[in-house]
Amino acid sequence: MNNTNDDRGPSRRHLLGAAVAGVAAAPVMTQQASAQPQTRSMPDGQSNLTLSVNGRDHHLMLDTRTTLLDALREHLHLTGSKKGCDHGQCGACTVHMDGKRVLSCLTLAVAAEGVAIRTIEGLAGPDGTLHPMQQAFIEHDGFQCGYCTPGQIMSAVACVKEGHAESDAEIREYMSGNLCRCAAYPKIVLAIKQARDQTKALG
Amino acid sequence: MRSFSYERASDVAEASRAGRETGQGQGDAAAQYLAGGTTLIDLMKLDVLRPERVIDITPLRARYSDIQAGPDGLRLGALATMSAAADHSVVLRDYPVLAESLQLAASAQLRNMATLGGNVLQRTRCTYYRDPSWAACNKRTPGSGCAAIKGFNRNHAVLGVDDSCIAQYPGDFAVALVALDAQAELSGPHGQRIVSVESLHRPPNGAPQLENTLAPGELITAYRVPAGAWTRRSLYLKIRDRESYEFAIASAAVALAMDGDVVREARIGLGGMAYRPWRAREAETLLVGKPLTEGAAEQAARAALTGAVTHGDNDYKPELGRRTIVRALMQAKAMEV
Repeated sequence: MNNTNDDRGPSRRHLLGAAVAGVAAAPVMTQQASAQPQTRSMPDGQSNLTLSVNGRDHHLMLDTRTTLLDALREHLHLTGSKKGCDHGQCGACTVHMDGKRVLSCLTLAVAAEGVAIRTIEGLAGPDGTLHPMQQAFIEHDGFQCGYCTPGQIMSAVACVKEGHAESDAEIREYMSGNLCRCAAYPKIVLAIKQARDQTKALG
Repeated sequence: MRSFSYERASDVAEASRAGRETGQGQGDAAAQYLAGGTTLIDLMKLDVLRPERVIDITPLRARYSDIQAGPDGLRLGALATMSAAADHSVVLRDYPVLAESLQLAASAQLRNMATLGGNVLQRTRCTYYRDPSWAACNKRTPGSGCAAIKGFNRNHAVLGVDDSCIAQYPGDFAVALVALDAQAELSGPHGQRIVSVESLHRPPNGAPQLENTLAPGELITAYRVPAGAWTRRSLYLKIRDRESYEFAIASAAVALAMDGDVVREARIGLGGMAYRPWRAREAETLLVGKPLTEGAAEQAARAALTGAVTHGDNDYKPELGRRTIVRALMQAKAMEV
């Protein structure tokens, strides 16, 4: 069983609130610079670790095999990040680590210590205002079933930030790691262009 | 996934000590290095790799992720991510074949995770290797046979194979490195050494479970890519089943030094059709000193695929490979540098 100091609640609304409240109180995480190498897991296969998610630290006791995706979904109950293929092929589990988009299903939770993790739950503003990318996906119907959408949005936010959203072709190329089996791709491209322009206008 | 102990190495000496039993490249090794994890975690989930110890070397990033460019060439830290190298301004301008081989590989997320060291050492995508429910795989279980030779082998290798294994090397970046005569800086329990990237991957030789020539506990710390008149006129042409986010079914890394229409130097690496990152030296020799016409390119391409061995589903590969080489050469010729 996991032990966590997290306020655990079943609803997305509650979690958003908790995450937001954590922003002000969270200490700045610094990379652990250990002079000696360490065996981080315990003989019983468990690992004690701290994850910094959406500006808040979470202390967890996890099976060392736990991926970051499972830690987020099953232990922190942040179920926005989705499990599609679980093998790094679909992009549904995309989160940001130190601002870069990565696949949480191919990341061990124990290896994600000391890194600032941002999930879809941490994207909206403190007052609940949606991120321009979230709003754009809604306005352009950038989804049908919605299962891939959190991964699409996290990937899209990073894509714009990287400067890889300058043309339709570039958006398609740099978003190719996020599969949408409903094939909402044309609307996803439209949404990304809108959010890109809004982000640029905001400077 | 089976249980393992997780360790974090703080420097390369410690990583080497801890990894002495890795045998890096030997799937049954008890200890495996973890960097980006995009191969290792995937194959551990599939129960193909079963390490007892996982040694996380990401703390080495602080020291081994620099990308330096100088008059002698490039030095790429092995812990640099694929995306960092692909977006580097000098790599983009002076070594387009390297930048393209990285840009056209995997997805943006995977490129943010995967390191240059791990990328070169990535495992084959052979479906029989990746699925332990198939008993016969000499690479996974030495001596068990090869299910691919008489099985579904549409994207299996046609160059450098033998009766023990026809698995294809899936990567792109190593193909470009091999074309450019890159070297790898290694650090291990017995010190440091420099080897050609081409010598890192072993031929199958009846023992495909031995994938590379690294000694136990040895790590790639950097690549050196020598400067040359050919690096600017270079490109990576990747042919695949879909336009993005897919492994090659044929690819060519081409670099040319031209004097007008005449080829002064030629470098050709082949991917998507060989057991290991492949250098087409005979084809290069045929091109040098002659005008680069379509006929000359076809002659070189024929030489490159001489000796190809096919197994049914992959009968198409030699012809696709030849056409890929010709197109890459003609595109490189047309580049404005």
